[in-house]
Amino acid sequence: MEMIQKVGNMGVNFVKAVFQFILFLIQTIHNWFSPPYYPKVFLKNFIEIGFYSLPVVSLTALFAGMVLALQSYSGFSSFSAEGAVATVVEIAITRELGPVFAGLMVAGRIGATMAASIGTMKVTEQIDALKTLSMSPFKYIVSPRVLAGILVMPLLVLIADIIGVFGGFLVSIHELGFNPYVYIKDTYNSMKMMDLTIGVAKGATFGAIITSMGCYYGYYTEGGADGVGKATTNAVVYSSILILIFNYVLTAVFF
Amino acid sequence: MTVEKEPVIELKNVYKSFGQKYVLRGLDLTIYKGESVVLLGQSGMGKSVSVRLMLGLMDADSGSIKINGKEITNFSEEEFYENNRKIGMLFQNGALFDSMSVWENVAFSLLNIDKMNPEEARKIAIEKLEDVGLPAKVANMMPDELSGGMRKRVGLARAIADNPNIIFFDEPTTGLDPIMSDVINNLIVRCVKQLGATALTITHDINSARKIADRIVMLYDGKIIWSGKPEDLDNPKNEYVEHFVKGISL
Repeated sequence: MEMIQKVGNMGVNFVKAVFQFILFLIQTIHNWFSPPYYPKVFLKNFIEIGFYSLPVVSLTALFAGMVLALQSYSGFSSFSAEGAVATVVEIAITRELGPVFAGLMVAGRIGATMAASIGTMKVTEQIDALKTLSMSPFKYIVSPRVLAGILVMPLLVLIADIIGVFGGFLVSIHELGFNPYVYIKDTYNSMKMMDLTIGVAKGATFGAIITSMGCYYGYYTEGGADGVGKATTNAVVYSSILILIFNYVLTAVFF
Repeated sequence: MTVEKEPVIELKNVYKSFGQKYVLRGLDLTIYKGESVVLLGQSGMGKSVSVRLMLGLMDADSGSIKINGKEITNFSEEEFYENNRKIGMLFQNGALFDSMSVWENVAFSLLNIDKMNPEEARKIAIEKLEDVGLPAKVANMMPDELSGGMRKRVGLARAIADNPNIIFFDEPTTGLDPIMSDVINNLIVRCVKQLGATALTITHDINSARKIADRIVMLYDGKIIWSGKPEDLDNPKNEYVEHFVKGISL
């Protein structure tokens, strides 16, 4: 009986959390369309998410492209299809690995930072202070961050795509003995606008997931330092899971 | 001819519970224009909850709460933020924004709500800092560089920056040494007088209450059980208040 009650409570809490998150999103979106706006806050977050994530995203993409070239070569060489390496690297990076790795890296870096900083603001009454100073926390904290995430992530994904393909190129030329001219030509010929579109769409979606989860868990932080820790962990874990789920959904949609 | 006193804060039959636990059980409190009231009470008796209800940071289960003559329990979001423009709040630990310098904290509403130009806002922020006894050089410091007393003063400067007509003080002397507590008490009295504001302070510091208050009210078991002038604390004619003042458990 106690077990049934526990499961029931978990179900009720889950449904409550889903509704709370939907309301949170509605308020966030509503504030995009109702002035005043705070461009400085938006710009600060745009730079924080985009520019300062560049090193980690670039490194990840570079090595992903390099590994992909090596592995696809070892597989394709067994049935004399080495020429397909450039095409596979390009498609895998632009459609899947670029967006997913960029998303996961930014989730770890930005999702955690947002949840921790907003959570700390919550437990130290800074969110309440904003309200008493007639400032909506949604307008000032949440909405600009989520918008910045949605707009900057596609740019990060495009950069990750270029660097990832370049990583594959480097290994193919220096390790695998490909002709650089042929490799570039193969990459160019296999590239379709749809590949980049998918990557950009995934980037925008992942940007929305990372920033909304970071802000949501931060905003509803309860307790002290322990609560902030939990909010940070939840933001990173759930945004990573959602990135992988939505990656499949978007891939299926564009398939 | 008698002059009718104008109520600025009015709570009638306010109830608030958390789960099964009732914190406020029919709270009635009226504070008049220009009055400085101290709400005394033990920890966990609902002092902070009362103030959060008056600020609209929390919803009451039932009852009426009027601020500046307006019922706030059915405010829209816009009305809520508009109403808060006439209210200042000093939080227990200052609640200063970590990512902003001291002057940006003080001038927050001037910069972001009133859209004042930064130079003018900075000038006003420095004036407010000087009003609370802080030198201009503090303006560019960050909150984590300040001592506890300085944080309270910056919080006070921020609370009065937009010239509110109501100011709430949440445990203004908690965590401060007796001398700094006295400095803060004097500042509160002076700022409230200068602005001609109505003030509500919640505290369990008797010395602070005696210094700040025109009237003291005692909260116990979710209701006001006693009200009187600071000098009445010496002979409150109420067993609980007497024990509270002397610091003796019942």
